[in-house]
Amino acid sequence: MAANASQAKTARGPDAAFILKKAVISALVALVLFSLMIGIRTEAGSDGQLTWWTRFGDLAAMVAVVFGGSIVMELLRHWWGPVDTVRVVPPSAQKVFSFAGRALVPALLIFTFLVPVIFYDERYILDLGILVLTYVMLGWGLNVVVGLAGLLDLGYVAFYAVGAYSYALLATNFGLSFWICLPLAGILAAFFGVLLGFPVLRLRGDYLAIVTLAFGEIIRLVIINWQTLTGGPNGISGIPRPTMFGIPLTPGDGGLADRLGIEFSPTHRIVFLFYLILALALLTNWVTIRLRRLPIGRAWEALREDEVACRALGINTTTTKLTAFATGAMFGGFAGAFFATRQGFISPESFTFHESALVLAIVVLGGMGSQLGVALAALAMIGGFELFRGLEQFRMLVFGGAMVLLMIWRPRGLIGHRAPTVFLERNTVISSDLVKEGHG
Amino acid sequence: MNINDILSVENLTMRFGGIVAVNDLSFTAERGKITALIGPNGAGKTTVFNCITGFYKPTSGTIKLRHSDGEWRLERLNDFRISKIAKVARTFQNIRLFPGMTALENLMVAQHNTLMRASGFTLLGLFGVPSYRAAEKAAIDLARYWLDQIGLLERADDAAGNLPYGDQRRLEIARAMCTEPALLCLDEPAAGLNARESAALNELLLKIRAEHGTSILLIEHDMSVVMQISDHINVLDYGVKIADGTPQQIRDNPKVIAAYLGADEEEAIAVMEGET
Amino acid sequence: MDYFAQQLINGLVLGSIYGLIAIGYTMVYGIVGMINFAHGDIFMIGGFIALITFLILVSIGLTAVPVILLLVLLVSMAITSLYGWTIERIAYRPLRHSFRLAPMLSAIGMSFVLTNFSQVAQGARVKPVPPIITGGYTLHEGADGFAVRLSNIQIIVVITTIVLLALFTWLVARTRLGRDMRACEQDQTMASLLGVDVDRTISMTFVIGAALAAVAGMMYLLYYGLVDFFMGFVAGIKAFTAAVLGGIGSLPGAMLGGLLIGLIETLWAAYFSTEYKDVAAFSILIVVLIFLPTGLLGRPEVEKV
Repeated sequence: MAANASQAKTARGPDAAFILKKAVISALVALVLFSLMIGIRTEAGSDGQLTWWTRFGDLAAMVAVVFGGSIVMELLRHWWGPVDTVRVVPPSAQKVFSFAGRALVPALLIFTFLVPVIFYDERYILDLGILVLTYVMLGWGLNVVVGLAGLLDLGYVAFYAVGAYSYALLATNFGLSFWICLPLAGILAAFFGVLLGFPVLRLRGDYLAIVTLAFGEIIRLVIINWQTLTGGPNGISGIPRPTMFGIPLTPGDGGLADRLGIEFSPTHRIVFLFYLILALALLTNWVTIRLRRLPIGRAWEALREDEVACRALGINTTTTKLTAFATGAMFGGFAGAFFATRQGFISPESFTFHESALVLAIVVLGGMGSQLGVALAALAMIGGFELFRGLEQFRMLVFGGAMVLLMIWRPRGLIGHRAPTVFLERNTVISSDLVKEGHG
Repeated sequence: MNINDILSVENLTMRFGGIVAVNDLSFTAERGKITALIGPNGAGKTTVFNCITGFYKPTSGTIKLRHSDGEWRLERLNDFRISKIAKVARTFQNIRLFPGMTALENLMVAQHNTLMRASGFTLLGLFGVPSYRAAEKAAIDLARYWLDQIGLLERADDAAGNLPYGDQRRLEIARAMCTEPALLCLDEPAAGLNARESAALNELLLKIRAEHGTSILLIEHDMSVVMQISDHINVLDYGVKIADGTPQQIRDNPKVIAAYLGADEEEAIAVMEGET
Repeated sequence: MDYFAQQLINGLVLGSIYGLIAIGYTMVYGIVGMINFAHGDIFMIGGFIALITFLILVSIGLTAVPVILLLVLLVSMAITSLYGWTIERIAYRPLRHSFRLAPMLSAIGMSFVLTNFSQVAQGARVKPVPPIITGGYTLHEGADGFAVRLSNIQIIVVITTIVLLALFTWLVARTRLGRDMRACEQDQTMASLLGVDVDRTISMTFVIGAALAAVAGMMYLLYYGLVDFFMGFVAGIKAFTAAVLGGIGSLPGAMLGGLLIGLIETLWAAYFSTEYKDVAAFSILIVVLIFLPTGLLGRPEVEKV
C-alpha cells in the first residue's frame, strides 16, 4: 500500500507531509523495537548475578537515526523514481555495457596477474587478494551446483571442510606432500558430494536447502566431536606449507631463495600462494566453462529449467544431479586444501554455516550461473567486508544488512543474464526473466 | 500383439486413491501410422500418456512396445529409460520447453545421450577431442534440420521462452524428434493454435510420418487435426474405451457423439466434422 | 524404567519449546512458501526481551510470581511480534514476487542482523537468571534411589504449550483471519480478488509466528535459566527440522515434529552420547525426508506432468 502511494506521488515530487508521517511511524516502531534491547543493557556480574542499567541516550540516538534514515530513504526513492523504471536500459547503453563487459574480463585478469608485482611490498593487500581469490574459487565451485544445476546447497562449507581436513590429516599423519594431497582432497570432497547427493535426489526446493544445511552441520559436529582424529575444537596445527613442486619456500639451504641465489623474503611464499590460488580458481573457471558446452553442462542447465522435460528426453536426472554435486564439491575440496596449507592451522570454527551463507550470497549476488558476476560479487563482498575491519563487532550486522539490501536492489544478481552455450548465427544473451532458478 | 503394431496397451488400469482414471483399457498403435486418442475432458487420456511414458506406474496392465531395436514392457522401465532405450518421445499439454535456453540449445539437450557417448562421458569432451567435435557438429546439423522443418531456423538463437505460443508448440515437437524416437506421443499439440497454425501442424505431422517413418500417438481435442490426419482413432470416456476405428467410423458412431456432447446430436456432428 | 520415564518428561518439555517455534516456520512456509531463516533469531529476541522485562519487574519490587510471569509473557509477545512484523515489512515484502532464492538470502541476512544486533546490544556473554519457579513433584521413587521428578516449570511449559496450541488451532479453523490465511495459502491472487487483504494476512502470519516464538523464548529462559545471542541458530534449525518432520504447513504436524525432535535429542543424549545429539536430530531429518518427503502429517505432493 505504502509503496503504491509513494509511487503515485512520484509524478508530483516529494510530499513533505507523507514523508514525515512515514518517518514518524518508522521512528515509533524503532522506539518499541529498541526500547528494551537497546534502552536497557544487561550483564552478568562477577558473582553470577545479572545487573542492568539504562542507556536512554543510545536509544534516543537510534530512534533519531531511523527517523532521519526514513526521510533520506523516501527522498532517495522519489529522486530515483519507481523501482521498475530503473531496470529499463536503452539499447545504446546496453551496447556500451556489453563492450565494457567484454573488455572487463581481460582487464580484470591482467590486473589480477599483476597484483603481486604492483603490491609486492604490501603484505596486507596480497593477503586480501588471496582471500578474495579463495572465495572466487568457492563461488565458482558452488555455482556449478546452484547456478547451473539449480540445486540449492546450504551446506557447501562441508566440502570445504572435507578438503581442508583431508589435506591436514594426510599431511600431518602420513607426510604426504601438498601436490599429492590436492587431488586426493578433491576426490574425497567429491565423494562426500555424492554421499550428500544420494539422499537428496528426490527432494525439491526448501527441503533440499534444509537437508544440505543439516549435512553441513553434521560434518562440522562430527569434526568437533571426533577428537581423536580431528583434534576436536582445538583443530589441527603445524600443517605443512606448500612447496614449489618440491622446492621449499624456506630461508635455509635448498630453499627457493637459496637456489635462485636471491635474498630470502617471507613475501615469496605469499606471492606463491597468490599464484597458486589464482591457478586453482582459473582451473575451476576453465573446467566450468568447458563443462557448460558439453552435454553434461547442458543437461545441468536443462535440469534447472525443467526436470520433467529432462526425463522425457531420456536424461538420467540421478546421475546428472550427482555429477553436479560431485563437481561442485570437488572444487570446494581443492579450495579447502589450499586453505589448510595457507593457514597452517584449521579448526571447526572456520567451517560454520556463515561460510556457506557467504558463498551462496556470492553466487546469488553475482547472478546465478554467471562466472564474471560471481568473481565481481566475491570481490565486492570480501573487499566490502574488509572496509569494516575497524568495526569488528558490527561486521555481521553490516554483512547481513548488506545481504538484505542487495537482494532487494538486485534479486537476480549483478549479472542477470545468461549466455547461450552454442549458437548458429547470433550469440545473443538471454534475459534473466526467462531463466529458471531450478527447483532447489 | 499384432506384427504391425508398435505399441500395444493391454488391460491398463490406473487408480489414484479411490479414483479410477483409466479402467481396463486396451488399444494398439500401428507402426508408421498416426493413432489418435480422443475423448471429453477428464476421460483419462493424459493419464494413459503418463503411463506409457513412464511418469506414472500403472496400477495394473501391460504396455508393450516393439520396433526394430527390440521389444520392451514400458510399465517396467523407469522414466528416462523409456526415452533413452525404448525410443519413445513425448510432448506436454502445458508446453515444457527450457525457456531460458535458446531454441537450438533445446534441441541439443534432446540429443544428450548421443552426445554424452561421443564426449566419452565428459572426459574426452573436456579436452575437445576431434571425434567429439564431429559428433557435436552432427548434432547441430540435426537441430538445424528440425528447426528448418518447423520454420524456426531464423529464431534458432532466441530464447525458447521468447517465442510465440505456436512456435513453442512446434519447437517441442522438434525437440522430441531430435531424440530420434520410434514412437512420438503428442499431448494436445494443436491446443491454442489458430486455424493456420493447425494446418501447418497437420503438414508437419504427416511429413514426420511419411519421411521418418515415426509412429505417432496423439491426444487431441481439435477435430480438424484428428479427423484429417489420423489413421486410427480410439475414443475414451471415463477411463474406458467406448469406440475405435477409422475417422469415418468414429464420425458415424452414435456412442461417440453421445459421449462428446450428450444428446445434442447436431452439434456433436458439427464437432466431428471438424467445423468448430 | 524410571530413568526412561524421566527422559521422556524432559524430552516432551524440550519438544514443546521446539514445537512452538516450529509453528512459526510452518505457518510462514505455508503462506509465503519461504523458510523464514530469521525465525530462530526471533525466538532468541523473545528470550532476551523476557529476560529484560523480568529484571525490570523484579527491581521495581514486584514479587507476585504469577503477575510477573503474565506481564513478562505479554510484553515479550508484544515486542517480539513487532520484530516479526518489521522483518517481513523490510526484508520479505519487497521480494514477495521475485525470484525465489532472493527472499531466502534476504532471510539469512536478516538472521545475521538479528544475531549480531543482540550481540552488540546486550553483549556476547551468556545471561543467567536465578530460578524463578521452583519446586515440583516426585512421581516415583525407585529402589535404587533414582526419583522421577516433574518440576513446576515443566508443568507450566507443557500447559502453556497446550493452551496456545488449542488457541491457535481455533484461530486458524474458526476465525476470519484463519480463513484468510488458509485462502492465501491456496491461492493468493484468487484470495485478493475475493477481497482478502493479502498483505495484512501475511503480516499477521508473521506476527503470530513471532508471538509464539516469544513464548518459546520465555519458556526456554525459565526452563534453562539462561539466554545468549547465539541460541537462535541451533534452536531454529531444529525447529525447522521439526516442522519438516511433521509435514510443513500443518500445525499439528509442527507440534508433533517438535515433540519427536525433543524426545530423540533427549533420549539420544541420555543413552548414547551428548556430543552427537544434534547429529542424531539432523540425521533423522535426512532419513525421514528420504522415506517420507512430505513429513509425517503433510499432504502428499502429486507431480503434475
